Amino acid sequence: MSGSLASADGGGAAAIRFAGVHKWYGSFHVLRNINLTVEPGERIVVCGPSGSGKSTLIRCVNRLEKHQRGSIVVDGVELTDDIKRIDEVRREVGMVFQNFNLFPHLTILENCTLAPIWVRKMAKHDAEELATRLLTRVKILDQAHKYPGQLSGGQQQRAAIARALCMTPKIMLFDEPTSSLDPEMVKEVLETMTALAQEGKTMIVVTHEMGFARQVADRVVFMDMGEIVEVNAPLPFFEHPQHERTKLFLSQILQ
Amino acid sequence: MDLASAKPSSWLSDQRARGIIYQILLLGCIGTLACGAIYNAVINMRARGIPMGFGFWNDVAGFDINLHLISYSNRSTYGQAFWVGLLNTLLVAVICIPLATLLGFAIGVARLSPNWLLSRFALVYTSIMRNTPLLLLLLFWYNAVLKSLPAPRQSISIGDVVFLNNRGLYLPMPVAREPASWFVGVVLIAIVLAFGFRVWARRRQERTGAQEPTALVAAALILGLPAVVTAAAGAPFAFDIARLSGFNLRGGLQIIPEMAALVFGLVTFTAAFIAEIVRAGVLAVPVGQSEAAGALGLHRGLSMRLVVIPQAMRLITPPLTSQYLNVVKNSSLAVFIGYPDLVQIFAGTVLNQTQAAVQVMAITMAVYLVISLTVALALNVFNARYALKGR
Amino acid sequence: MDSLAYVREAPEPEEAPPMLSSGALACARANLFSSIGSTFVTVGCVALVAYLLPQLAAWAMTRAIWSASDGAACRQHQDGACWAFVIAKWDYLRFGSYPVAERWRVDLVEAVGALLIVWLLWTNAPRRAWGALLFFVAYPILALVLLRGSSLLGLPIVDTLLWGGIFVSLLTAVVGIVFSLPLGVLLALGRRSPLPVVRVASVVFIEFVRGVPFITILFMANNLLPLFLPEAWTPDRLLRPLAGIVIFSAAYMAEEVRGGLQSLNRGQYEAAMALGLNYPRMMALVILPQALTLVIPGIVNNFVGLFMDTTLVSVVGVTDFLEAMNNAIKDPVWAGPTIMVTGYVFAGIFYFCFCYGMARYSAHVERILAKGRK
Repeated sequence: MSGSLASADGGGAAAIRFAGVHKWYGSFHVLRNINLTVEPGERIVVCGPSGSGKSTLIRCVNRLEKHQRGSIVVDGVELTDDIKRIDEVRREVGMVFQNFNLFPHLTILENCTLAPIWVRKMAKHDAEELATRLLTRVKILDQAHKYPGQLSGGQQQRAAIARALCMTPKIMLFDEPTSSLDPEMVKEVLETMTALAQEGKTMIVVTHEMGFARQVADRVVFMDMGEIVEVNAPLPFFEHPQHERTKLFLSQILQ
Repeated sequence: MDLASAKPSSWLSDQRARGIIYQILLLGCIGTLACGAIYNAVINMRARGIPMGFGFWNDVAGFDINLHLISYSNRSTYGQAFWVGLLNTLLVAVICIPLATLLGFAIGVARLSPNWLLSRFALVYTSIMRNTPLLLLLLFWYNAVLKSLPAPRQSISIGDVVFLNNRGLYLPMPVAREPASWFVGVVLIAIVLAFGFRVWARRRQERTGAQEPTALVAAALILGLPAVVTAAAGAPFAFDIARLSGFNLRGGLQIIPEMAALVFGLVTFTAAFIAEIVRAGVLAVPVGQSEAAGALGLHRGLSMRLVVIPQAMRLITPPLTSQYLNVVKNSSLAVFIGYPDLVQIFAGTVLNQTQAAVQVMAITMAVYLVISLTVALALNVFNARYALKGR
Repeated sequence: MDSLAYVREAPEPEEAPPMLSSGALACARANLFSSIGSTFVTVGCVALVAYLLPQLAAWAMTRAIWSASDGAACRQHQDGACWAFVIAKWDYLRFGSYPVAERWRVDLVEAVGALLIVWLLWTNAPRRAWGALLFFVAYPILALVLLRGSSLLGLPIVDTLLWGGIFVSLLTAVVGIVFSLPLGVLLALGRRSPLPVVRVASVVFIEFVRGVPFITILFMANNLLPLFLPEAWTPDRLLRPLAGIVIFSAAYMAEEVRGGLQSLNRGQYEAAMALGLNYPRMMALVILPQALTLVIPGIVNNFVGLFMDTTLVSVVGVTDFLEAMNNAIKDPVWAGPTIMVTGYVFAGIFYFCFCYGMARYSAHVERILAKGRK
């Protein structure tokens, strides 16, 4: 269950609130009684063994997965079957995928301007200006007119981050962003994400990169077998894990 | 932008509600079209005096059919004409499918041959066949080749046993004589024995590891036993050979030129596609498979039999089945050369005479659909059982 | 004690390979004479070619009649092709009975069509979306008006009864593709829809059309369409088989497109959804451009197959190229034993060149796409 740092109802509307959330794949109970509140500007790192439901958890936030019981409220909007609400939430929540999922038939610049033009109804010139600014921030402006297939893995992931940021979302979700990268490219992506965190963006990051968690997270959430086992600030989480399962996981991950 | 202050959305934007609305709309459209069509059809059919219902099935047909596997005369009914046509379609399919498979596999293997010339020859063959319309091939064989054969009096003969003229191809027809039933019985016994031997040899191999040449023994049994019986009791079959009588050949097994053209065209056409399927299937098995088999010490024949061909067959079977279905569907081109298949007789002559277009087309299409769906179901069962299991 | 260490001091000189392991001789040995069986096969093939090729060449070229005004010369020399017949009948084979004075309209329609197709299929062409719009929307209207004629524009009406030959074959095939592609995309999307009614309707349509022979679809369109429509709306005799062709081709097109949609990574759908794109925009901007590009080789193959299938329209009275050839062969002026063979061989060459060319193109596109996808 959530630890003592689960936020109380003070300080304005929560960015994301999970209340009693359950999800099943067929008869497999993949999310069990998830209760978690994420404050605006908070940086959450979710870790756990594979199959623990961490990806499913964040994919429920932008309704790529549907939960069957409980409620998920994102920035005041509850996620139901209502299409209008879902579209509103997706506009304000950006997602970065493990496999980048850049659109191969468009240039990097076009990848970034697609949604602002067609969803936020920006003028093309403004969208390109915004995209240029963000591509500069992730340091791949020189690749703007190339196609995704021509970029390295690290460059593609940074482009994917820029693409998500072009929608100026309030919340950014990262689903194992560095797991598909060769080791020498993990660093450049983590640096980009760290810089993003320092700007105060609400972030939920599912990752195995514990160094990143220690450095950037406000809270670390450990999930195992579909339930939240332990939540704590990074220092106490890594130095003094409370739960048996947390200790086991950390002993396997950290040498 | 505070999302919570957006105005409450209507039930129209609920995903499930929208789904239901779309489906109701679609059902409505389909229903309206169907009703409109039926309404118009009834009015038009009444206005033109076209019979509704299936009464025509028992009316006298009044036309002849030159190839009928069941008894038929011009006093038979339209219903009987249907069965004649259906049987003719199935006859063509039953003859063409094995022949096309044999020829197709042979050409496919030739395509894979390390001999460059042979592989090019096969490539030329498949390229020509796959880029020429089947109808053109049929017209060519029928009009240009078969119709320009000489009259029966000047038939081309092969060994004085097989005759080719513009009335058709004449093969010797086997006529059963006294020892025939013995012969058939012995062949069946030989097959059972060969099978039994194979089962016994396989069990013995599992127990002791010793291998027996099952193929040779089976061949010896199936060919040898009947040969012994023939030597002892005399030939089981006499052959009725066509002989010239007046202006025509009498006797023998006559294959009308329409059928010969259809079979020849279909077999050569389909074989090209089967060859490509075989080639693609074999090439799709990774080279590493035969390398691994070789590394384990299996010689080339065993490697083929135990490793490569089973995998290739799984890849070949679905498109091969679809080619067999194409043979059945393509046989409908018989209408262009006058072979009396289902489409030519039923959707052609019967439809013209009775004008009962809706009923005739419905029945014809239903027949082909039943054949297609049955084969598709069988293929699904096959795939479920034999497809390589993935994660 | 000798040291076991070794350090090279000078590079090894490069030498030419032994004669039998590379070069033309080795190539021949491996490909043609690698075993006794292979040697026999090679000898047999060479013998076959040596026998057949001169005969075919003589028939087609040296002994053929290239110019004549009627069949007399061809009847005299029966050991060669009668190309004079094809040359004399060429206009009929191209246009059927279309009035001579108006044939420029057919040429114009064909030229514009060819231009648009090249634009669409040239892999690096700019602004292909505009080309698609022109081809699928504007061109059919233009073609219809030009070919049929319109009193408004001062173009005399030409009844479809007079249309025939190569241009009808091309027309039916192109119309088939133009209208069956959008219909096929809709059916493919419908087949993948989570809504049961939509999915069942799509599956029933597709499996029904694919399960019956093309001839029955033509018969159905020809005989049943006039019955199902009110008397006043009876469609033109060319329109009915065209409808049948569109229905037939759409079902096969749907399966091609469905294959393309399935082979797309699920992540593309997810990324588009995560960006907030709704279903129509996701399909139009992200999914379909990728899926359709993937299945261009399949679509071209469908077009080739359709072009060959259009030969069947003669069964409902439309004069396509093959039927025009059949009619031409019956001309008593040219009657002779070699005419039929010449005519069919020419038709075969025509179809082969067209279809083989398109097939090579689609293989080329497939190679380019495979490189891009790595």
